[in-house]
Amino acid sequence: MLTYILRRVVISIVVLFGIASLTFLIIHLVPGDPAKIQLGQRATPEAVAKLHHEMGLDKPLGEQYVEFLKNAASFDFGRSFTFKAPTSEVVSNRLAPTAILIGYGLLITLVVGVPLAILAAVRQGGIVDNAIRLVTTFSFAMPPFWFGLMLALLLGLEANLFPVSGYESGIDGIIETMTLPALTLALALMVIVVRNLRSSLIEVLGSDYVDAARARGFGEGRIVLKHALRNSVIGTITILGSIFGFLISVLVLIEAVFQLPGAGSLLLQAVQRRDYELVQALALLSGFVVVVVSLFTDLFHAVIDPRIRLAGHSE
Amino acid sequence: MSSAATANGTSLRSSSRARTVLRTAGTLPLGVKIGGLVVAIFALAAIFAPLVAPYGPDQLDLNAIFAAPSSAHWFGTDDTGRDVFSRTLYGLRLDLALALLVTYIPLPLGALAGAVAGFFGGWADTIISRIADVMISFPFIVLIIAIVAIIGPGVEAFLIGVPLAAWALYARLARSRMLVLREQPFMLATAALGYSRRRALFRHAFPNVLRPCLVYSTVDLIGNLLLLAGLSYLGVGIQPPTADLGSIISSGQPYLLTAWWITTLPGLTLVAFGVGVGLVGEGLADRSSEWSAQ
Repeated sequence: MLTYILRRVVISIVVLFGIASLTFLIIHLVPGDPAKIQLGQRATPEAVAKLHHEMGLDKPLGEQYVEFLKNAASFDFGRSFTFKAPTSEVVSNRLAPTAILIGYGLLITLVVGVPLAILAAVRQGGIVDNAIRLVTTFSFAMPPFWFGLMLALLLGLEANLFPVSGYESGIDGIIETMTLPALTLALALMVIVVRNLRSSLIEVLGSDYVDAARARGFGEGRIVLKHALRNSVIGTITILGSIFGFLISVLVLIEAVFQLPGAGSLLLQAVQRRDYELVQALALLSGFVVVVVSLFTDLFHAVIDPRIRLAGHSE
Repeated sequence: MSSAATANGTSLRSSSRARTVLRTAGTLPLGVKIGGLVVAIFALAAIFAPLVAPYGPDQLDLNAIFAAPSSAHWFGTDDTGRDVFSRTLYGLRLDLALALLVTYIPLPLGALAGAVAGFFGGWADTIISRIADVMISFPFIVLIIAIVAIIGPGVEAFLIGVPLAAWALYARLARSRMLVLREQPFMLATAALGYSRRRALFRHAFPNVLRPCLVYSTVDLIGNLLLLAGLSYLGVGIQPPTADLGSIISSGQPYLLTAWWITTLPGLTLVAFGVGVGLVGEGLADRSSEWSAQ
């Protein structure tokens, strides 16, 4: 068990290191000059050189890389020149709406998705199963931002149930302003959760130990509740852990549609203001979050399911 | 297809091959047929957009601003009187071409990397797998926006960013497939027959690795199409006034209530096309699992 955890942690650190290096490489290998982009095409060479110096871009590449890694490890990205505040502070001020959106969206996904998946798996090939298959095929092809706009049009503008943009804190404010964004997120995630969970449940319900439970005369309801639910929890967490990168991509779109003041819209503002250091901080943060979430889901999985850590040993 | 042809004892004359293709097409599941038809209609309309579209993509008609959908303007017109249907066709044409490019160029490269990792194991496997982990950990949109921050907004960031990360998904898929294949009797036979490792890898294992990658590519294609539309919607992809589905949808957002068609109908077009591709992909996935079960 300890070996498995150590192994997983080491791999995660390697990947984190890789993510930091990739961010550095993108900035330095992709043709383009952040100083020129910031100052505009008609900037004088002196102004560009001065900004290069301020950004530390005139130092040798190796030195810049070491400094970059040091800063990344302590999450210190200096001051954002467009927000006139420390970058880490600018970022942390925008995390609350994003975190609430993730939580609310996941809640809807689970409350609706898990029962649907169980229903589809138990009555395989039935009406519900086929209907779910059809709906998931459609929602899979739906651009999340477009679906958000459709919700805004139908439930926001036509039915006047919710405002179509802005964010308010507090329970009432969250329910009012975050329901449409959370529904949009839930639809994007639901497809993946329902499909994967359905197939893993079908596998579980056809397995030997479930047959054994049936042979011992346990009712189908008890079998589904005990085995299917237990496996649903494990399965759903694994699935959500593996699609966290996709989830972040969708978040950026949803925050733009509903004009939420979250980390995703901050990323867009940073690009529009050409604040590449802020972009860099956010890119690193998102990569870190994905790696950490995936590490925790794997560890959780290993604690719950002994087959995983044993497989890790034999590799 | 070719195995069916040889089983019937027919040579590969073009007429008999065409018949075999038709017969194989006849046995395809209904979903694949419907999906294929939808994809074909949209793809043809997009390819021949200059012939099919009733108006030019940038043709202004100041007498028909915000015209509702009608027989003259199937999808209505926008705030400058441009025909939304024509713009949608041109937009689909551009988006589809770019999405195909970033889907099918990384596919063979990723499949090869994954096949090598799975076939040789050891250090090659560790290095390739870790690099793939890094690429997969980066949320696509964030990666591309980071590139936009350096080179400025435009389709270039999409063309650089997607292949940079997309190969990794194919590599992961190909690697896990290769780990299974390596132990198959026909692969063990290549070693017993004294074939070189190179021949075993490229001639015998690689074609079998490509199949699941091709099936998965239908999912990837929709994903890339939606990603490109999303980036253009955010203003960091294809730049207006060039017609593209994301920017058309975005341009309708301020007029959502008064001119719903500008945002709604191009989006529906994208959904319909995506459902078509999805149906084909599902059918192929079902068939592919039948193949590997045999």
